[in-house]
Amino acid sequence: MALDGQKTAYKYIGTTPNRPDGLDKVTGRARYGADISVPGMLHGAVVRSPHAHAKIVKIDATKALAMEGVKAVITRADFPEGLEGEDWDLQENCMAGEKALYDGHAVAAVAATTPLLARDAAKLIEVTYEILPHVTDVDEAMKDGAPVIREGAADFSVPEGMHPNVVRYFDSGRGDLDKGFAEADLIIERSFTTEAAHQGYIEPHACLGQMGADGRGELWVCTQGHWFMRRMSTAVLGIETTNIRVTPSEIGGGFGGKTTIFIEPLSLALSRKAGGKPVKMVMSRNEVLRATGPTASASMDVKMGMTKDGRITAAHGTFRMQGGAFAGAPVDVTTMLAFANYDIEHVHHIGYDVITNRPRQAAYRAPGAPMAAFATESVIDELCRELGLDPIDTRLKNAAKEGTRATFGPKYGPIGFVETLEAAKAHPNYSEPLGPNQGRGVASGYWMNWGGETSASVAISEDGSVTVSVGTPDIGGSRASMALMAAEAFGIPYENVRVNISDTGALGVNEPTHGSRATYASGLATIRAAEECIGKMCKRAADKWGIDAEAVVWEDGCAKPSGPNAGEFPPMTIAEIAGEMGGTGGPISGHYEDSPAGFSGSFGTHVVDVEVDPDTGRTTILRYLVVQDAGKAIHPAYVEGQFQGGAAQGIGWALNEEYVYGEDGRLQNPVFLDYRVPVASDLPMIDTVIVEVPNPGHPYGVRGVGETGITPPLPAVANAVRDATGKRICKLPLRPSRVLAAIQGKEV
Amino acid sequence: MAELHLWSGLRALADGKEMVEIEGATVGQILDGLVAAYPGLEPALKRGVSVAVDGQIVPNSRNHPVKPDSEIFLLQKLAGG
Repeated sequence: MALDGQKTAYKYIGTTPNRPDGLDKVTGRARYGADISVPGMLHGAVVRSPHAHAKIVKIDATKALAMEGVKAVITRADFPEGLEGEDWDLQENCMAGEKALYDGHAVAAVAATTPLLARDAAKLIEVTYEILPHVTDVDEAMKDGAPVIREGAADFSVPEGMHPNVVRYFDSGRGDLDKGFAEADLIIERSFTTEAAHQGYIEPHACLGQMGADGRGELWVCTQGHWFMRRMSTAVLGIETTNIRVTPSEIGGGFGGKTTIFIEPLSLALSRKAGGKPVKMVMSRNEVLRATGPTASASMDVKMGMTKDGRITAAHGTFRMQGGAFAGAPVDVTTMLAFANYDIEHVHHIGYDVITNRPRQAAYRAPGAPMAAFATESVIDELCRELGLDPIDTRLKNAAKEGTRATFGPKYGPIGFVETLEAAKAHPNYSEPLGPNQGRGVASGYWMNWGGETSASVAISEDGSVTVSVGTPDIGGSRASMALMAAEAFGIPYENVRVNISDTGALGVNEPTHGSRATYASGLATIRAAEECIGKMCKRAADKWGIDAEAVVWEDGCAKPSGPNAGEFPPMTIAEIAGEMGGTGGPISGHYEDSPAGFSGSFGTHVVDVEVDPDTGRTTILRYLVVQDAGKAIHPAYVEGQFQGGAAQGIGWALNEEYVYGEDGRLQNPVFLDYRVPVASDLPMIDTVIVEVPNPGHPYGVRGVGETGITPPLPAVANAVRDATGKRICKLPLRPSRVLAAIQGKEV
Repeated sequence: MAELHLWSGLRALADGKEMVEIEGATVGQILDGLVAAYPGLEPALKRGVSVAVDGQIVPNSRNHPVKPDSEIFLLQKLAGG
């Protein structure tokens, strides 16, 4: 593999120092969204629809406004009209207009002097509804006669004759399916469903907004992306973006769910109406589950053909997803990635984005990929079982590699799928003996990663320490990774680098920490900005020595003459250069901005062993192995943490997590007691193997690692349950009642 | 001229073609040339697409260079969590 110019020997990269934010977080000093308070602030509360679908006939806030301490009430009438496209969707979702579109949809908000008063006032706002028929299931929403959520919501892509709830249509593929399936010795077709799963971040949404009489304001907020927050909030409020400065707090998890807005424009609108007093808003868990996220639910049909020796000859998938009351279910990505792990000549995908009376979906870790993997990797498992083939050997036979034409079109560059399969096969977990009622599952997954708009600065301090300013909030340890990359570039200790997450007033536009891009893109920008500083410091040394800057090199934190011909001068350390910089040309800093296009995807392979209680249907995870390509692991412990976190969330999605709606269209389980995410005692230590196939598009070879890890667990666990019970269950979650019914031979 | 490949859902808007040849030195020029040749594709491009040039996905990069023999794929607009 050609890696011209790519660094391969490291002093700091690959080490595992403590994260710089660790002490603050374990001592409670770190400030999260709800920790921000300012003198004189008000507290906001939201009135939410108890109905899945209802016309809003009247909103009467007379009683609430009569309460002492209530300072403002807002409804949709306080927002500008005339928005279009995504801006209208955002506004409509933050505050309902003519109709409440789901249980939990905001219809009004109030600001008062205490949180309790605000909640009491919210209860006194009287909303008159005309209840409408509702639908919450994707397949039901597509049928003739299903309630229409919104006429005219479909875009150009939807074929004539489809139900108005189908709002986007996708069709992609290549080859000749008939020919491909004719070459197969075995064809298997199955239908699958997955339920909506919430990102499940520990920290609920929280913000503090302030809008002055001059039309300018501040927003302190827990978010994955404060420039997105600024753009979306100002669009919804009809003001210019730079009138709001957004400062991100520490963040207690996001997983994609904090890349959009919910309560933030409400706090700004309440502040504006309350004469400029700051308004703090903190969601309850009930509000988080009813009105934010989750990802889409899916209904899928997958058909694949295979020869006796394990070659996939053709694949076809139809994917139907509902993402709530607005277009945006990630079925577009699904139709790209469903079969992307494999070299398949004849392949076709069809996708339907369907609206229902559920909350507007938000991105969730590899949006659209885990559902597709559940379907496709389950069918591959069935093919292997029927043909008596080893699941890893079969995947190796079909694995995409460098030069393979991806199922979505272009050829892959250097990728590490084969390496993950080989490492999984060689791992002791794959040959561990299994006992009664135990089974093993294998599955693979892929996420293509992202670059995105990125801006970063690096500044040299007077003592030679370094400050890095990036615009991507630190969710998974990225400040440690940035500090390691800066330390490596400068050749100075990790402890001499401080990384700050800057506000929207300090850097150019940054996309959020999403798409597994932060370590790749902000890391690349950090390295390039550091290189600019190094160039300036070499120039300062050259000027002092009276030689050309080209005759100076940077090594181990020092400027040095490049060789004997450059002259005999003792190295100048970064501290020495920095100590004199005020008199040698002024402050030294570097900056870099780009929408880098050198990102590269990450493949992963998971192996899981389960035991299923034949009397209760309860599934216990015995062993779990994650093997994934990181390109180059900057901080291996945090890379492993991303692998383990993705697996844990995927296990929850596979076994327990689901949105349960009643006949009335109301969410039945909007608390963590009933929406069951895995806790530490549910899981064994998740084993990890980091594969490193360097990405040529990053100076140190980095690939994003955050999202791939949630893609294989759904099918891996389902395949293991199949192995343990002899029953193929095509619906998630594999809750005990469903597994027990399957064991008992009942239809599930 | 560069070869530009369309996903199957777009082909009906481009006279049924899977591949079209478009002249241009940048991604932006290629996309503008595509819409000029097939105006029916404009809504799809406005909705947002990703572009892969010679295997590399180049988001938001209308100024990304394109060679005469480049292989270009239009892809769905990408996102992430």
